[in-house]
Amino acid sequence: MKIETVLAHPSDWLRGDGPHHQIVISSRVRFARNIRTHAFPGWAKKAERALILEEIKPRVDELPEMQDAFSEYMQELTALDKQVLVERHLISREQAAKNTGSAVVINRKQTLSIMINEEDHLRMQALRSGLQLKNVFKLLDKVDSALEQKLDFAFHPRLGYLTACPTNVGTGMRASAMVHLPALVLSEQINQIIQAVNKIGLAVRGLYGEGTEAMGNLFQVSNQKTLGEKEEEIITRLNQVIEKIIEHEQNARQLLLQKRLGTLLDQVGRAFGILTHAHSMTSKEALNLLSFMKLGIDLGFFPDGHRPVIDELFMETQPAHLQKNTQQKLQVEERDALRAGIIREKLKQFPEPDVGPIPENGNGSTEKPDDE
Amino acid sequence: MSAPMTCDDCKTNVASVFLTEIVEGKMKKVNLCDSCAKTKGVLDPTGFALADLLLGLGAAQEIERASGAAQRCPGCGFSQADFKKTGRLGCAQCYETFGEGLTSLLKAMHTGTQHTGKVPARIARTVERENALKTLQKDLQKAVADENYESAAQIRDQLRQLETSAEA
Repeated sequence: MKIETVLAHPSDWLRGDGPHHQIVISSRVRFARNIRTHAFPGWAKKAERALILEEIKPRVDELPEMQDAFSEYMQELTALDKQVLVERHLISREQAAKNTGSAVVINRKQTLSIMINEEDHLRMQALRSGLQLKNVFKLLDKVDSALEQKLDFAFHPRLGYLTACPTNVGTGMRASAMVHLPALVLSEQINQIIQAVNKIGLAVRGLYGEGTEAMGNLFQVSNQKTLGEKEEEIITRLNQVIEKIIEHEQNARQLLLQKRLGTLLDQVGRAFGILTHAHSMTSKEALNLLSFMKLGIDLGFFPDGHRPVIDELFMETQPAHLQKNTQQKLQVEERDALRAGIIREKLKQFPEPDVGPIPENGNGSTEKPDDE
Repeated sequence: MSAPMTCDDCKTNVASVFLTEIVEGKMKKVNLCDSCAKTKGVLDPTGFALADLLLGLGAAQEIERASGAAQRCPGCGFSQADFKKTGRLGCAQCYETFGEGLTSLLKAMHTGTQHTGKVPARIARTVERENALKTLQKDLQKAVADENYESAAQIRDQLRQLETSAEA
């Protein structure tokens, strides 16, 4: 499969059809693995890195999951190609900076990606839409078990899988979910949630910003520790926490509908107004406004059929996607103009927000909104 | 106004990226310059580098204290000074070489110091047998000490069986 094919097809995880997809954008699990007999990529000399790569890549390519996959050496990809893969979460920023001596293999559906010679010899990750950490883990576990038969992984009876960074030692596993929490941000409960989650050994991170400044009201929840707990235990705990967060977000949404419908309508209405009329827009502004459009759809202010347009715009307005689609390198101002243009065009058929039909449990919302 | 903060990582440039992360209720702050922030990937919304960075900053000192500055890994020639620079180890054997310093570090950053998760199938078989051997040897010693020769003979037979199956 060629890079053009990858770029032309949106990742499966972006389709937004997984369980709890309104609030959980995606679930991701990654394993870090190393070959016992070789120095870690950051310390290995160029020649050794090349050797490691040739030892690992054929084994990855022959996996049944990687039939008809996209498999490429990093030096063969342009900076823009790499950036698109980063925006789709298929490679890390660190891997994007690599050239000769590193490679990436991505399956056809773009739900499984294996980086060779990133920080560790192998960084494999599975990624799916919505909340399905257990499925994602199972897929990755299977791939790992197939690879360990052919590759001699560095493993210590007490410390588990050995990794370049001591923070990953043990399971070498990082599991995470990306969640969209506009109501918890609007109702200023988000910091409480973050603190509560942190207390039980999990990390919450905003996309770019921190706390309430998180861009697009998107947060990533992940395990922090990798040693001393079984993979399944980590996944189960994370899953429970995410389910709680979903519950809190849903409650916050209902509360906003009942008590602060005016604020809610104002936010969604402003987002709609700016997105459909602006002529210059940064990716940060676009993300923040699209977040309210997404919330608007979740709450029934827009018909559900318009959801894919918004989901697509989240990705298409990212800098590399924008430039890839226009086939040219652009200055910042040009990008912002182009971004605004694409959004206006895509939202041409979009109806105005309508507060009429409130989805289930929306009782009380027919009352007049507070006029504060 | 106080002097501009310098980068916690390279310690030369002026810091322009200020990170705060709460891990288990403890607030950690890191100040970085633009280029260090980029190379560390902390601006990556999806990356996990921040935690590594935060935890990695104190790690080098820990290893230096425990194993001395001069020690090098016989497997790959990695030294603690290199760890200080990168926050990463050189090879799998480094975990033995710098084991002492790493143990307290691992204790601080993880739930436990014993891996309880997945074990590669190949190793699982070896580990299982070794554990069984150890248990039987202990049982044998106890049986002999208790002058319980009948059960000692039984255990000895089991041990022999296990040992021959290992060789097969």
